[in-house]
Amino acid sequence: MITLDNEQDAFADEIKTRSGINFSACLHCQSCANGCPFLEGMDYAPNAVLRLIQLGLEETALKCSTIWICVGCNTCSSYCPMAIDISAVMDELRHKAIEKGIKIAEPDVLNFHNEVLNTVKKYGRTHKLEIMMRYKLKKMDLFSDMGVGLKMLKKRKLDLTPSKVQDEKAIEKIFKGK
Amino acid sequence: MKKRLKKSSKANENSRQSDRLRFSFFPGCSLKASGHENTLSLLKFCDSVNIELKELEDWNCCGSSSAHSVDRDVAEKLPMRNISLAPKGIPLMIACPSCLIRIKSMYLKIKGDETLKQEYEDLWGKPFDEDLEIIHFFEILNRVRIDDYIDRPKEKLKKLKVAPYYGCMLSMPPDLRFEKSYYGIMEKTLATLGADLISFGYGSRCCGTYLSVAKPQIAQKVVNEIISRAMEAGAECMVTACSMCHLNLEIRCSLENPIPILHFSELLSMALGAEDQKKWFPRHIVDPVPLLKKRGLLIS
Repeated sequence: MITLDNEQDAFADEIKTRSGINFSACLHCQSCANGCPFLEGMDYAPNAVLRLIQLGLEETALKCSTIWICVGCNTCSSYCPMAIDISAVMDELRHKAIEKGIKIAEPDVLNFHNEVLNTVKKYGRTHKLEIMMRYKLKKMDLFSDMGVGLKMLKKRKLDLTPSKVQDEKAIEKIFKGK
Repeated sequence: MKKRLKKSSKANENSRQSDRLRFSFFPGCSLKASGHENTLSLLKFCDSVNIELKELEDWNCCGSSSAHSVDRDVAEKLPMRNISLAPKGIPLMIACPSCLIRIKSMYLKIKGDETLKQEYEDLWGKPFDEDLEIIHFFEILNRVRIDDYIDRPKEKLKKLKVAPYYGCMLSMPPDLRFEKSYYGIMEKTLATLGADLISFGYGSRCCGTYLSVAKPQIAQKVVNEIISRAMEAGAECMVTACSMCHLNLEIRCSLENPIPILHFSELLSMALGAEDQKKWFPRHIVDPVPLLKKRGLLIS
């Protein structure tokens, strides 16, 4: 039998409250794991991540790669016989990992998200070319995957100039303090 | 049928004007930038079926996957502003499944939460529109009978073997599980136009979204799996509901001789007689023109 001390319980409770999802309902039937298109890129299956939280293994849960490889496609929740919104729990774990300054298992994914939000903060809309360039610069890796970038430019799938929101004040308001 | 067509196209302009459906239109970043051909064909289609679209003025990014992944506050406020811009009394139509989830789920969340409603009103200085209708582009096909606008509809995509691909966002969001599901509408419409529908079991498989940038090898595997399943099932092209899926399926496919991927709006628009394919098809990585010519669906 596994007994939890208060601190471990506190972590599970916090994630439950913040996400509004009752993951204690998980039966560990692994339907989520069987359905997940990205399982191979994860260190823990989706249900295993729920188990880590149930067991109060905070550090392991926040350090795992699964929470960053999960794209929120909701295949897991649609397969789940208990209808648990697993993606919402993953969101919460990501937020918590950032808040606590935990070492991020997949820094490239976080880097990408940050670059997306950077362009949204600047223009109110995303600007793919800038996202890709800055992402690559930060990664100090400009040349891998060049073929795809060039193909996209050739097919005019990357606009050179950003499309912008006129009301800059409104966007500032959204990103206030960030 | 001809008579009905004549009647509908030549009917006096006054009645056409009054029948005209009006929507405000949220294009979103993907359609506005990488998916120009999706937007162009979509606008053309709407015009052909007597729908007037007015682009939501000064819209902003919905937040996409990135906002909700790393910043809850921004993820809530970005869609909020779009909701606040929507004109009263006409439905807000969103073509991107991902933008639809972000904006509609936020709308429903505010509607059910008085504190949030207050926050919304304080932030944007206007009352929350309790009656705003937010619809996906597919809803148009429930409101308009496209065969009323086409002479011999069954000839339009005759014998084209199409695998419909919805992606994950239209089929599975828990936040919208009590909302209308649009699964099946591409099959129904394409069948009306005479296409041969290929069922391949991967129609709602996730395309990998941003892993295409951050983890290209994972995205490539998923994309190849989806396209090869469609090819094995006998499809000669795929049709997508989502501009971002379209991009991933095109750029991350490493199969030899993959089939072309079309936007649903392109096939619809073609069936309704659009002639500006030259603006759309050159933007595709796998050129759909040879196939469409082979099937006699495209002349020049």
